[in-house]
Amino acid sequence: MEFIISILKAMFTPVFFSKAVSQGMPLLFGATGEIITEKAGHLNLGIPGIMYMGGIGGITGAFIYEMSVENPVGAVGVIIAVLSALLFSVVGGLIYSVLTISLHANQNVTGLALTTFGVGLGNFLGGSLSKLANSPGQINVKLTGDAFRTTLPFLKDLTSKGGFVGGFAQMFLSYGFLTYVAIIVALLAAYFLNKTRYGLALRAIGESPATADAAGINVTRYKYFATCIGAGIAGLGGLYYVMEYFGGTWQNNGFGDRGWLAIALVIFALWKPVRAIWGSIVFGGLYILFASVTLSTAMTEILNMLPYLVTLIVLIVSSFRKKREYQPPQSLGLSYFREDR
Amino acid sequence: MTGTNAIELKSITKTFGSVVANKDVSLSVRKGEILSLLGENGSGKTTLMNMLSGIYYPDSGEIYINGEKVDIRSPKDSFDLGIGMIHQHFKLVDLFTAAENIVLGMKGKTKVDMKAVVEKINGLCEKYGFELDPYKKIYNMSVSEKQTVEIIKTLYRGANILILDEPTAVLTPQETRTLFKILKKMREDGKAIIIITHKLMEVLELSDRVSVLRKGEYVGTVNTNEATELSLTEMMVGEKVTLDIERPEPVDVNPRIIIKDVSCSDKNGIKVLDNINLTVNSGEILGIAGIAGSGQKELLEIVAGLQSVDSGSVTYCPPDSDKCQELIGKSPLQIRNLGVALSFVPEDRLGMGLVGSMGMTGNMMLRSYRSGTKFFTDRKSPKKLSEDIVKQLGVVTPDISTPVRRLSGGNVQKVLIGREIAASPTVLMTAYAVRGLDINTSYTIYHLLNEQKKKGVAVVYVGEDLDVLLALCDKIMVLCSGRISGIVDARSATKEQLGLMMTKHSEETEVGDNDK
Repeated sequence: MEFIISILKAMFTPVFFSKAVSQGMPLLFGATGEIITEKAGHLNLGIPGIMYMGGIGGITGAFIYEMSVENPVGAVGVIIAVLSALLFSVVGGLIYSVLTISLHANQNVTGLALTTFGVGLGNFLGGSLSKLANSPGQINVKLTGDAFRTTLPFLKDLTSKGGFVGGFAQMFLSYGFLTYVAIIVALLAAYFLNKTRYGLALRAIGESPATADAAGINVTRYKYFATCIGAGIAGLGGLYYVMEYFGGTWQNNGFGDRGWLAIALVIFALWKPVRAIWGSIVFGGLYILFASVTLSTAMTEILNMLPYLVTLIVLIVSSFRKKREYQPPQSLGLSYFREDR
Repeated sequence: MTGTNAIELKSITKTFGSVVANKDVSLSVRKGEILSLLGENGSGKTTLMNMLSGIYYPDSGEIYINGEKVDIRSPKDSFDLGIGMIHQHFKLVDLFTAAENIVLGMKGKTKVDMKAVVEKINGLCEKYGFELDPYKKIYNMSVSEKQTVEIIKTLYRGANILILDEPTAVLTPQETRTLFKILKKMREDGKAIIIITHKLMEVLELSDRVSVLRKGEYVGTVNTNEATELSLTEMMVGEKVTLDIERPEPVDVNPRIIIKDVSCSDKNGIKVLDNINLTVNSGEILGIAGIAGSGQKELLEIVAGLQSVDSGSVTYCPPDSDKCQELIGKSPLQIRNLGVALSFVPEDRLGMGLVGSMGMTGNMMLRSYRSGTKFFTDRKSPKKLSEDIVKQLGVVTPDISTPVRRLSGGNVQKVLIGREIAASPTVLMTAYAVRGLDINTSYTIYHLLNEQKKKGVAVVYVGEDLDVLLALCDKIMVLCSGRISGIVDARSATKEQLGLMMTKHSEETEVGDNDK
C-alpha cells in the first residue's frame, strides 16, 4: 500500500507531468504519423526506424552546419535540423511506399526491414560523426540543441512563484517549440481526417480502397502522400528526442524502444490523433515512472512494461466492445490490386 | 421529352478471350422510360451494361448518349455523361454515414459542408420518395437501405440515366414495391432507367419495353403491354437446341439421399431454402435448374455437411446395406468417408476444392493425406492418380507438378472432377461443372458423369444451360427463391416449362425479416 502511495505521490506533481510530456512528445509525433499512414491502409512497422532516421538526420544537419560555419546561429541550426530530419524520414517513408504500394510487397516484412535499416543507418552515421567530432560514441550540437530547448523568457519568474501559477507554468509552458508543434500537428491531423474532403477520401481508402477507386479517388497517390507525410511527422519525433529531450546529443541506440511505443500508442488511441495527445502523456508518464521512485531492479523492469501492458488491455477492451469505430481500418495491411478489367 | 433516345447502342460486340459475351447488340432507351433487360444467367446483360458504366470497353460498335457519339473509357467518363450504375455488390464504406458515402470522391471545397450535403440528400429523398437517414452508418443498414444510398449517390452526382443490376434480388416484396414506386417517379421526372432482371413478373409490372438477350445475342425488343410471361420466356430461352449428349437408361434405381423438410437461412436471417423435399436416386442424374442464387449452392453444401440447417433431415442410404444414416450433424469428413463427394465449381474455379499454387499431386493429397503411414504421408499413390487423371481425362499440363492455377479453366475442372471420381463415391454432386468450358471439354465431362451414372452412382448436376439439363439428366428439379417449384421428367419436359418454373415468383415468398 505504502508503495503505491509513494508512486502516486511522485506522479501527481507538476514536475512529473512536465517530464511525462517531454517523454511523450516523440511518441505523439510517431503516433500521429502512423495514424495518417494507417488510415491509408498501410501498417508501417518501419516507424521506429524512420524516427531513428529523423533523429540522426536532424543531428547530422545541425552538426555539419555547426562544424562548417565560424559563428553558427542557433535559429539557423534549428531550421537546418528540422529540414534534414524531414528529408531523412521522408526518404524512409518513400522506400516503404515504393515497396508496399507500387510493388505490393508485404507491409510487415517491409516495415521490419526498414526499422532495422533505420537503426543501422542511425548508428552508422552516429559513429562516423563522433569520429569526426573526436568524441567517441557521442555527438553534441549544443548550440542547436539549446535553441530547440528555448522556452518563454519569463518562464523562470513564473515557476519560481510556486503555487498554482508556478504549477501551471511548469505543466504547460515549460517546453521548447517542438512540443507545441507536436500538439498542433496532432490537432491538424484530426481536423484533416474528420472534416475535410481529402481526409474523407483517405479514410475511405483505408477502409475499402475498391470503393474509393470506384468513386474516382486516386488511391495510389493518396497512399504515397499519406505514407510519406506520416513518415515526415514521425521523423520529427526522433528529432524531438535528440534535440529537445537530450539537448542536441546523439548516442547510438539511445532512442531505445520508443518507436514501438509510438505504434502501441496508435492502438491505445484507437486511431484518433486527439486521443493520442493525452495518450502520449500517459505513456510518457508510465515510461519514466521507474525513475521517480526508488525500486529494486526487478520492480523497475515491471514498471517499464506498463505502457505495453496498458496497450494490451486497451486492445482486449476495445475488441470486447466490438464497436466498429474502435477497430483498425478495415483494409489495414492489405495491398490493393485494382480488379482486372 | 420523348422522342430522343437517352442511350443508343449500335452493334456492340465484346469478347473475353474466345468467349463471346455480347455479339452485335443494338438497343435504345428513351428519356422517361424504363427498359427491362431480360435474359438467362450468362446471357451478357451485365457485361453489356458494364460497357456503359466504363468498366469494360467494347471491341466494336458505337454508343450514343443523348444523340451524341461517346467514348466511355472509365467509370469517371460514365459519371460525367450522367450515367449511374447500381451494381449487385454495393460499393460503400461500411464505417461511413450515408452522407459521407454519397459525397465521397466529389470535387469541392476542402472542408466538407455536411449540412449542405445532408440538405441536398433530403431534397432528393423528398422528390422521389426515398426514406433515408443521412447520418446513419452503413454497417447499421439493411440491404435495401444500402441500395437506397447507392441510388441517391448516383442521383446526387446528377445522373440522368440509371442502370440497376438485379435490384430486387436482395429485397423483400414490400421493399421491391417501394423501389418500383420510386423508379416510376424517376421515370416521370424524365430519367432513363434500365433494369437488369430475370423476374418476369417485375418486367411486366414495371417496364415500358423489354429487350431480351440470349447467349450474348440480341433477340429483340417488345412493348411490355404486348408481352406475356409465355412470350417473354420463349424469347429468353429460345428454340430447343438438340444436343448430342448420350443418355443411358437409369440402372438399379434406389433412393440414396432423402432430403426432408430442409430449410436454411443466410447470415442476415433471410430464408435461402424453404421446405425442400427431395430424393436423390442411384443410377440417375438429377439436374437442378434455377436462377443463380436460388439456393442451389446451399442445398449441395447441406448434403456435404458444409452448411448448417434450420430444420429438416438429410438421410443417406448406402448401397450395400439397409441401414440409413442421418447426415446432419456429421462433419464434412465423416460424410465424405461415407462416399458423398462434392465437386463444386464456384465463380472462380480455384476458390473451392483446389489449392492454386500446388501441383496436381499436392491437390490429390488434400483428399488422401490421412492415409499415409504413421508420420509420413504417402506421395506415391496420389502421384499415380494424377498421372492417371492426366491420361484418362486428357488434362493438358506440362507436368503434374505444375501449379494448377497455371492450367486453363477446363483443365482445372477436369482435375477437380477427376479427383472426386477417383474416390469412387456413391453420390457425386457437381455444380456448374462446365462453366466457361469449350464444347469438347464439356462433352468429356458429360461423358464422365454418365459413366458414374452407369456405375450406379447417384449424380447431382447443378447446371445453367437448360438444353444440357434436358439432354443429360433423368429428372430435373427447379428451384425458385429457395423453393422447389417442381420436379419434372427430363425426357418429356420442355424448355419453356423450365423457364417459367424458374422465374415464376409467388408473392408470399420471403417473409421480410432482414431488418434484424
